Amino acid sequence: MKFFASLVDRLMATTKTNEKIGALEEYFHNASDRDKVWVIALFTGRRPKRTISSTLLRVWCAEYCQLPLWLVEECYHTVGDLSETIALLIDAYYTPDTHPADHSLTHYIEAFHQVEKATEAERKQVMLQGWKELQTVTERFIFNKLLSGSFRIGVSQQLMVKALAKVTQLEPAVIAHRISGKWDPGKITFDELLNDAGSLADDSRPYPFYLAYPLEAEPESLGSIEDWQAEWKWDGIRGQLIKRNNEFFVWSRGEELMTDKFPEYDPICKLLPDGTVLDGEIIVANGNEPLPFSLMQKRIGRKNLSNKIMQEAPVSFFAYDLLELNFEDYRSRPLAERRLALEQVVKLVNHEKLQLSSVVTCATWQELRELREESRQHYAEGFMLKRKDSVYQTGRKRGDWWKWKLDPMTIDCVMIYAQKGSGRRSNLYTDYTFAVRDGDSLVPFAKAYSGLTDKEFAQVDAFVKRNAIEKFGPVRTVKPDLVFELAFEGIAESNRHKSGVAVRFPRIKRWRHDKKPDEINTLDDLRQLLELYGTN
Amino acid sequence: MGLIQFTDKGLFCTKGGFYIDPWRPVDHAIITHGHSDHAKGGSKNYLCHTYSKPILQHRLGEANYQTVVWDQKLTINGVTVSLHPAGHVIGSSQVRVEYKGEVYVFSGDYKTEDDGISGAFAPVRCHTFITESTFGLPIYKWKPQQHIYNDMQQWILQNKQEGKASVLLAYSLGKAQRILGAISQVTDEIYVHGAIYNMQEVLLAHQLHHVKVIRISNELPKEKYRNAVIVAPPGADGTSWMKKFTPYRTAICSGWMQVRGNQRRRNADKGFVLSDHCDFEGLLSSIKATGCEKAFVTHGFQSVFTKYLNEIGIDASEVKTAYGNEAEEETEKEADQLNHPSS
Ligand SMILES: [Zn+2]
Ligand SMILES: [Zn+2]
Repeated sequence: MKFFASLVDRLMATTKTNEKIGALEEYFHNASDRDKVWVIALFTGRRPKRTISSTLLRVWCAEYCQLPLWLVEECYHTVGDLSETIALLIDAYYTPDTHPADHSLTHYIEAFHQVEKATEAERKQVMLQGWKELQTVTERFIFNKLLSGSFRIGVSQQLMVKALAKVTQLEPAVIAHRISGKWDPGKITFDELLNDAGSLADDSRPYPFYLAYPLEAEPESLGSIEDWQAEWKWDGIRGQLIKRNNEFFVWSRGEELMTDKFPEYDPICKLLPDGTVLDGEIIVANGNEPLPFSLMQKRIGRKNLSNKIMQEAPVSFFAYDLLELNFEDYRSRPLAERRLALEQVVKLVNHEKLQLSSVVTCATWQELRELREESRQHYAEGFMLKRKDSVYQTGRKRGDWWKWKLDPMTIDCVMIYAQKGSGRRSNLYTDYTFAVRDGDSLVPFAKAYSGLTDKEFAQVDAFVKRNAIEKFGPVRTVKPDLVFELAFEGIAESNRHKSGVAVRFPRIKRWRHDKKPDEINTLDDLRQLLELYGTN
Repeated sequence: MGLIQFTDKGLFCTKGGFYIDPWRPVDHAIITHGHSDHAKGGSKNYLCHTYSKPILQHRLGEANYQTVVWDQKLTINGVTVSLHPAGHVIGSSQVRVEYKGEVYVFSGDYKTEDDGISGAFAPVRCHTFITESTFGLPIYKWKPQQHIYNDMQQWILQNKQEGKASVLLAYSLGKAQRILGAISQVTDEIYVHGAIYNMQEVLLAHQLHHVKVIRISNELPKEKYRNAVIVAPPGADGTSWMKKFTPYRTAICSGWMQVRGNQRRRNADKGFVLSDHCDFEGLLSSIKATGCEKAFVTHGFQSVFTKYLNEIGIDASEVKTAYGNEAEEETEKEADQLNHPSS
């Protein structure tokens, strides 16, 4: 564990990408094969099956430290991460009575795996053993983390890919492809995971998505509109349809396998040529007519897909791109060529569930700009702009693809509740609830926790600490004094919210120091937005 | 009615007619230490420890200062007053107030580990103890300072080896002096920000500290900062003032660095968990050592800490004060000096 702990310490001790890659590289050169596979797994969001609940962890930790459980909870509220809270507490109350040990990362993962069906006493034994034989906060933090969740320590998939590419001398795109998809870190070896044979064996493997940054400048800065392909930016779930060796897979951008969630796509599978991968958007739609996104949320939340929900919220796949055809990787071909091939594939399938995301053609940027104003009527969020000769890249990149979104809707509102953030903001009040005015009363309508600078967050935090009126658990009721402009992407009717509306992707646009709480927007203003743009 | 009242101006001794660490101007103020949330300007008369006087003069300007040494007894309107070492920063004191056999002690800010600069904290027996609770959660457990100083020295040497300057961020009063002592073991030249330089000048002039420092200024050639060791207040972090040190690494020295999230939020390369306050155990052992019947808990995690004290059988109540924005106020003050670097 010491070796992995020193990697984690090094990763946390720097904010610089190159130093992080260097640390990973060194680790991959020197660590044992099995640990390496687990590290790739852990840093890409795969974790061992949870065999001990967080409730038990808290209880055992309180017991070990001889502290009341509520005090452990208070610590957790302040730290914002249970694994770290427990590691700190054990460290503070540790009395040496066990020989320190330095087992491998895999050793501990297996230990947790083995107690899956064990008694509570046996599971407790494993936990206590680890807490006692490990020696530092970092080691215990990792040990706890193996149970409780993903490692958010500033290692993105891209970073990991870069480091592995250096170690293996393979292309980053190849690595990205190989470590995505479905694989079992307990069964696969480092070589199997990264060499060719291993990747061929897995037909389900998706390609890493090419993602766009928002366009901040005017589109005129991109040059002639002739060189660009514009498509509506659909509001659904980005996904890939894969058919290889007559097996069919639906992946979401979050790298979640969702084949079972969309049985409507099965007929497409039968019609697709073998060895095809499509990139596109999973959209609630009647054939080629999109429906409000709120229907998708309804459907995704369900455990069981009933016929009723499939009728209420039918889905189509709006295809954007062709990544593989006849088992051949098409990503390095220019978009124009991929698009032609894609059109042929869609035509060949000829099924209402598979739609081509249509290309919008305008003679000038100005014309396109005017059309963009109609986005909401099409249930779109604006346009995607893609250079016609662009290859399909890996991850979020600037230059060839841009999302040109409609300006968000905004409302001026006042902060009424605050709560401490999590992770890096665990000591600050950074999660806020905002209200609009309705006559004499304030009606909460949205929560947001992004959009301010660290300095502004610190100022609001100080305000909350001085102006808290009441306390409900971790939530503070705050004097309604600070006015903010809130931006959001969509608005829908909702009977779960007191205000009767739900907004999508709310975020703080700016702090309105210039406005007083009696100058904020009203519930009527919100209702008007709902009428104009509402997606019920 | 208690001998010390909690008023909207600060802690007030009814019989003695004086305030302790008032946050509004008053006639008679006893000051525990020179941090800006405890020492406010504008009062007519100040009483403080001899070592605190130059610090208060520097920060609050000229005023009527009376000084005492530790354990020296004064009588004010029949109330016996004395100061006792609090171990927090240079001159920091607990205030003991006695009237007709009843004893109150206000801790001010304190730490139990002797830093060799601030005087060693000594618990004072009393009936009522008013304590801070800045780090009143059991996750706050400090490592021995020597351990942290060693890490700090290692870090500096490593940065040097990699061709980088080391920028340590610490408050100008308290933390800065401790750090200067530790890093003077590995370097002869320590460059400091104006706020720290000014404070250090005051302390050197009164023989309260001994480490000599070099003031950072635009006149110094940039090469001077190559692989250098620099101490600056936290407010300087992220400002253009730092550019001249490139390439450099930053480290924040604070008890808050105990939690990784804070370290990341501040975007520093390194966090040294070094505090001028007690850790949880330090608070508990100090309170027990006073033998008090009643504890009042001020700034920090006061509600949680109060609840816990009551559970372990110490009668405690929470008190609201204006203290505890040390970090913010110090940062503001230092940021001010950033804007007027010549002052
Ligand atoms: Zn202080
Ligand atoms: Zn204080």
